[in-house]
Amino acid sequence: MFPRSFEYFAPTSIEDALALLAEHGEDAKVLAGGQSLIPLMKLRFAAPDYIVDINRIQGLDYLEEQDGSLRIGALVRTSDMERSELIASRYPAMAAAAPLISDPVVRNLGTVVGSLCHADPQGDWASVMLAMGAELVCRSATGERRVAIGDLIDGPFTTTLEPNEIATEVHVPDPGAHSFGTYLKLERKVGDFASVGVAVHLALDGDRVERAGIALTAVGAGNIKAKEAEDALAGAVLDDATIDRAASLAAEAADPKTDLRGSADYKREIVRVFVTRALSQAATAKAA
Amino acid sequence: MANETTISITVNGRERSSEVEPRMLLVHWLREGLGLTGTHIGCDTTSCGACTVLLDGTPVKSCTMFAVQADGRALTTVEGLQQNGKLHAIQEGFKEEHGLQCGFCTPGMMLLGAALLEDNPNPSEKDVRWAISGNLCRCTGYQNIVKAVQYAGQKIESERSGAQA
Ligand SMILES: Cc1cc2nc3c(=O)[nH]c(=O)nc-3n(C[C@H](O)[C@H](O)[C@H](O)COP(=O)(O)OP(=O)(O)OC[C@H]3O[C@@H](n4cnc5c(N)ncnc54)[C@H](O)[C@@H]3O)c2cc1C
Ligand code: FES
Ligand code: FES
Repeated sequence: MFPRSFEYFAPTSIEDALALLAEHGEDAKVLAGGQSLIPLMKLRFAAPDYIVDINRIQGLDYLEEQDGSLRIGALVRTSDMERSELIASRYPAMAAAAPLISDPVVRNLGTVVGSLCHADPQGDWASVMLAMGAELVCRSATGERRVAIGDLIDGPFTTTLEPNEIATEVHVPDPGAHSFGTYLKLERKVGDFASVGVAVHLALDGDRVERAGIALTAVGAGNIKAKEAEDALAGAVLDDATIDRAASLAAEAADPKTDLRGSADYKREIVRVFVTRALSQAATAKAA
Repeated sequence: MANETTISITVNGRERSSEVEPRMLLVHWLREGLGLTGTHIGCDTTSCGACTVLLDGTPVKSCTMFAVQADGRALTTVEGLQQNGKLHAIQEGFKEEHGLQCGFCTPGMMLLGAALLEDNPNPSEKDVRWAISGNLCRCTGYQNIVKAVQYAGQKIESERSGAQA
């Protein structure tokens, strides 16, 4: 399968890349890992006139904490997340998600930021980032802004990113001194997209949940933030009744469709089971 | 052809240059441009791994990368595993452990195995299964592929300790 012809640019600085987008924005596409964009171009679902390959820009592959919050540069690959000791020690929801995303060879190229910009309703990173309250830093030739992940996603494969913008990093707030996180994903085989995915992040204060983030993958037109379930947990102690209630509220927030991966009822039930499982894990971890 | 650019890529240790259209996929450049048909096209949809090559040592799917993206970098294909007429340990492993039947998945599997052994010379069964988990084989049931990679790891280790003694 051959993509349509396009003109190729491989700028070596972010300023050059932004200048190219300022000129060609509407007809251009940014190329990061290419693991979503190139398949789409081969199928001619995407047929940009210009490709701006950002892979030759130095210094976009940082993965570091600054003043307690985490910065993930636009060229950090999912495989970097999988192997990072920082992620393993401080960000359990990300550490759980990374090895479940696509397959090992795709992860070597696919980026975290690219996954967020692609806005596939079955994308796993967006749920993790929604649960953790992350923001995307977007730059254009004329300025920079920050967008919460919830405001970025505008529908299936649609974002509020402007055509002249490059997302340069994800910014994840401090998870808190005592936190719990996980990502649970039901997939049919390695490399398959989620039938259902659930991200949970809890900031804890002793026995009580201070703040809860719960987000759902593949059960709606975009990743869903289960706001009511989160509110039910805030300030509460993780006893059985609280867990049941939050899990039911999360299942109600899901809006799944029946397809090859299962019926809508089945998927909704998996959301309930996964949220219960994650919160029970959190309760046990705390008790230990 | 309009819109062509010159690329120069070190393939299996040898620098190769040519004019390509940016839309030329790396796998087509290797197979049709250079005649290196050891890199296979299976699914053409980023799903099977038959087209896996090593880009500066890292496994990537060559059906999902443009040749221009590899400009200035180093590639290893299955043809580059053998050195000076001697099989690479991973090739010997596949031969000894019956790691292939039809051979379609084999170039990708061997390159993944070689890359894994660079990082982890003594992989467990689980490590090997994890590393190859995205690459499909319709014949072997994977068991002998796993054994072949482990055989190669042991061979490399024993050669190393032999060389030291
Ligand atoms: C076989 C297979 C299985 C997969 N399974 C999963 C899975 O289980 N879960 C999952 O979440 N994903 C999965 N994916 C998708 C994969 O994770 C992609 O790598 C990821 O979604 C996109 O990242 P990328 O860096 O490859 O982006 P690209 O393909 O380069 O780009 C994707 C889109 O985002 C835009 N973009 C990228 N980076 C930027 C930027 N910095 N600024 C502005 N725009 C940008 C591009 O213009 C394009 O529109 C799978 C892919 C394959 C091929
Ligand atoms: S041919 Fe490239 S992944 Fe199947
Ligand atoms: S040996 Fe036939 S596909 Fe693997």
